[in-house]
Amino acid sequence: MPEELFSRSFAVRGRDFEKAGEASTEIKTLLKELEIDPQVIRRVVVVAFEAEMNVVMYAEEGTVSFVLTDDDIGIEVADRGPGIPDLELALQEGWSTATDEMREMGFGFGMGLPNIRRNSDVFEVRSRVGEGTVVTSRIGLDEHGDGHD
Amino acid sequence: MKLEQIAATLGCEALVCLDCAIDIDAVVASDGMSEILAFSRPGALMLTGLTNIQSVRTAVVADVHAIIYVRGKRPADPVLELAREKGIPIFLTQRGMFDSCGILYQAGLKGAM
Repeated sequence: MPEELFSRSFAVRGRDFEKAGEASTEIKTLLKELEIDPQVIRRVVVVAFEAEMNVVMYAEEGTVSFVLTDDDIGIEVADRGPGIPDLELALQEGWSTATDEMREMGFGFGMGLPNIRRNSDVFEVRSRVGEGTVVTSRIGLDEHGDGHD
Repeated sequence: MKLEQIAATLGCEALVCLDCAIDIDAVVASDGMSEILAFSRPGALMLTGLTNIQSVRTAVVADVHAIIYVRGKRPADPVLELAREKGIPIFLTQRGMFDSCGILYQAGLKGAM
């Protein structure tokens, strides 16, 4: 069983576009201080950032959590929101239900969940319509993926 | 190619002037931040018309080393403050995205993909 070394959780508010991304950039700072491999940090933070933006764009509120073990980094982003009616569609690159407001923020082009999946070694998304969504990702500390398929 | 040479080539105005002698060998250009996250690589230069705070946060997350805003779009002060805090040089060009990319490609730079 991997040993837990460090964990942190951040609250995220829906529609708060000014603060959107703060949790993820804070995670980056923490992981740099912990001297994690820069390639691993990049993958973790892309996952966290995309998932955090999804909470801001679609949900009422949520949390971004990460756990560092001696084996990997786990990220869990859970929200209270509308949920995803068709997960298969949501995982297709380019498919999006974003509004113009979201696109003006530079997001909502149907790349979020696909980006999360491509940067994860283990990826899972669970969603209940009308309740919310939980995205979990694990990224190995000894993996040196370049973030591309 | 040095960042300062790139800026001069595009006739840029410097908005956050930090170390502009850094070497840039790849460029990523998009107004979609997920595209930047998916297709840039560490150390790349980012060209975008998106001037809000998310453009700088995306640059931080993607390890982008500098941003040039195209189409003469000027970011608000908090955006520039965050870039300064994060150590990301910022420039502004009046040129459009297509022309900017074409000029830099002709100067020898390649896409980050």
